[in-house]
Amino acid sequence: MSAHGMLMRTEQPVGIASYGAYVPRWRIRTEAIAACWGWEGKRVPIRAKSVPGPDEDTATMCIEAAQNALRRVAVAPGQIRAVWVGTESKPYAVKPTATVVAEALGLTPFISAADMEFACKAGSEAMQTAMAYVGSGMAPYALAIGMDTAQSRPGDSLEYTAAAGGAAFLFGRAENALAEVEGSLSFVTDTPDFFRHAHRHYPQHGQRFTGEVAYFYHSLEAARGLLKELGREPKDYRWAVFHQPNPKFVRRLAQQLGFSQEQIEPGFLVPVIGNTYAGSSLLGLAAVLDIAEAGDRILFTSYGSGAGSDALSLVVTPRIGPIRAGAPRVRDYLERKKEIGDYGLYLRLMKKIHRE
Amino acid sequence: MRDVSIIGVGQTPVGEHWDRSLRELGVEAVRSALADAGLERPQALFAGNMLSGVLCNQENLATLLADFAGFPGVEAIKIEAACASGAAVVRAAQWAVASGAHDLVVAVGIEKMTDLGIDGITAGLATAADADYEAAHGISFTALNALLMRLYMERYGYSRADFAPFVVTAHENGVHNPQAMFRETVTVDDFLNSPMVADPISILDSSPVCDGAAAVVLCSSDRARSFTDRPIKILASATATDTIGLGPRKDPLWFEAAYQSAQRAYRQAGLQPEDIDFFELHDAFTIVSAMSLEAAGFAERGQGVRFALECNIHRHGKLPISTQGGLKARGHPVGASGTYQIVEAVNQLRGQGGANQVEDCRLGMTQSIGGMASVAVTHILGL
Amino acid sequence: MELPRYHRLRSAFYRLQATRCGACQAIHFPPRRRCLQCGSENPEEVRLSGRGRVLSVTRVYQPARGFSDAVGTLTALIELQEGIRITAQLTDVEPEEVETGQEVEMVVRRLRGDEEQGLIVYGYKFRPVMKGHGAEGRERA
Repeated sequence: MSAHGMLMRTEQPVGIASYGAYVPRWRIRTEAIAACWGWEGKRVPIRAKSVPGPDEDTATMCIEAAQNALRRVAVAPGQIRAVWVGTESKPYAVKPTATVVAEALGLTPFISAADMEFACKAGSEAMQTAMAYVGSGMAPYALAIGMDTAQSRPGDSLEYTAAAGGAAFLFGRAENALAEVEGSLSFVTDTPDFFRHAHRHYPQHGQRFTGEVAYFYHSLEAARGLLKELGREPKDYRWAVFHQPNPKFVRRLAQQLGFSQEQIEPGFLVPVIGNTYAGSSLLGLAAVLDIAEAGDRILFTSYGSGAGSDALSLVVTPRIGPIRAGAPRVRDYLERKKEIGDYGLYLRLMKKIHRE
Repeated sequence: MRDVSIIGVGQTPVGEHWDRSLRELGVEAVRSALADAGLERPQALFAGNMLSGVLCNQENLATLLADFAGFPGVEAIKIEAACASGAAVVRAAQWAVASGAHDLVVAVGIEKMTDLGIDGITAGLATAADADYEAAHGISFTALNALLMRLYMERYGYSRADFAPFVVTAHENGVHNPQAMFRETVTVDDFLNSPMVADPISILDSSPVCDGAAAVVLCSSDRARSFTDRPIKILASATATDTIGLGPRKDPLWFEAAYQSAQRAYRQAGLQPEDIDFFELHDAFTIVSAMSLEAAGFAERGQGVRFALECNIHRHGKLPISTQGGLKARGHPVGASGTYQIVEAVNQLRGQGGANQVEDCRLGMTQSIGGMASVAVTHILGL
Repeated sequence: MELPRYHRLRSAFYRLQATRCGACQAIHFPPRRRCLQCGSENPEEVRLSGRGRVLSVTRVYQPARGFSDAVGTLTALIELQEGIRITAQLTDVEPEEVETGQEVEMVVRRLRGDEEQGLIVYGYKFRPVMKGHGAEGRERA
């Protein structure tokens, strides 16, 4: 089956009216993880990753990212009619995070709200849904957030990269946008590369199986499908952002699609803070918007285990300069850091150990 | 309204009484006070207490004590004003006698704190603060007092060492009080090396968690001499409050409730600070001692610490405080402390202060403070 | 925390929702019906900016039950931009980095320690103003 005719476009053109990021300030040096598990000397994929502070969780992080988005533009609260939080680290298994966010931002009560789950793609699912709400005329503005405090099994390979952070995107009509959406494409199959049972703390994954058949297959199909339907090529894009499980996968994907290292550089955050799961591709997009100029075209492709990818094509408008000045950039969060080398403290922060 | 006098006092030792329950402590103090007054039973019993419900699962406390003290049937009511409950209960008993409602009333202050761990006790004490805007935020009393101590030190230019006299004096006096929890002296070095609880407040700045009960028997002054040849008159009894939370205060470094309560007491008794021979103040924390001296008019604002540094609070000084160890060394079973202060003041005025006797004392002041100085109860007692 | 109580407190905890006296404009937090300044009883809802400065700070070593994670954390007395004072926990800052007079801003965080069983209590804390947040704050209605 080809992607022909599969392009997704809203009836009314939509775009990103504002955005906001959040990364917690704690970092754990991966050498501390390696030392505990006897991996010294082995090459670790990244030097350090972000960790949530003792009083943080997905809800508190979403609130700050969303507040940053609302700081950048003056939108009356009654105009924001939906908020979706995409995450795989919900504070409650049952009780929406999105309502806490909506209440904290003063957006209740005439609003839709829910949490979404699709592993690392939950944030871009929220984006697709927000676009649809706005583009159909159901809402003047809709907020989509991808955020995680990713949990990983102690001693597992994913412990070196599973990190915390994400971003919020306020979608509105294209005439108010700092980046217009040209179109999107979702590519989803039922692929068992990574999963977590309801009453287990840690996920299981297919190790090398998570590469070719999962991450690469879906990202490539979504991105290529979108490019083809829009009649575009990588050289038409100034920037590209992908889901970032580790540096190697991202570089290889970019290369396979035909994007250069320069094109992915501003959104390439995994070497600095690790894989923020449902926040990963969104945070990368926020970092790109922090430096993009009017006219820049951006290709965004997420990936979530289970599995699937959402690809978006965006073009930046002249509104971006004044708007982005109103809140901290991704870089401001990256530079704000408290690095620890104590694996025990890390375990406590990740609540893998706690007082009974 | 009749004048009221104290005709009997009683107290249990203060300490960690693992093998004595809430009711046993209360009954002991009540019976001891009644015996001191030569009485079998009162007409009413008021119980002052803060935490019996939270820490011992027991409310209806006055009923319980009247029952187990051997006289179920009397009027019995619990009085609560946080850490000032022990003084508030004497105030309530005073109303009962002054108004003519009763002729013989026992007021017992009682607290049993040690059945829970320190985290449960800290949570219990926090019920005296603003539950929604202080306790729910994990803001403990020690933290609130520490905020004041730091602010005070910075505004008036004091160091931690300057607060040592409050602790040294209290412990010196505690040595000679057989009922006191702590019977050993404390040096300035001990104080400076004491571990932090919420800096700058250290363990030695703070009064201890403990159990105890103290009681007084009241009757009208015109009948007092038929019970004892050394009745002590209540010359003043006054309560005042401030905002419950620290945030909304006009000036965080001023104890308005303690000030108003003291002023009302001076007016009732027709006295001035200079007339007072000793002051049982609420030394729960050294900062509270300093600010209490200022609020009661014994030192200018910001000079409470200096007053203590100049040796005025010593047993032979201008204004002895904590004469039997105070909350610091005798102990602070919170809802009972106010009553202990009054019992100790009575003993001083009767000439029964023992080795801690304040020479030639005729007028004593007691002040019990609740919450973050959100309520203060002051009494002036005399011969 | 009890569910109905949390329900009543959430606007104050999440948004620093205060009251302003309709007669004399005095602002009160915690919110209150009857104005402490003039006695009038027609409060308006007002959302505080969350900006302020540290008046005093302490590091806590003995927390209450339910706040076991609070060992080593900071409690502060803060003067808000609106001229009123509040006590609250500080976060995202090391004890040696805090100074009297430091500018702080409100953030929403978990107030208690582990809450596997009960309700997660979210509420206001304060942290040093973050770069990119600018010098101004504004009162939001």
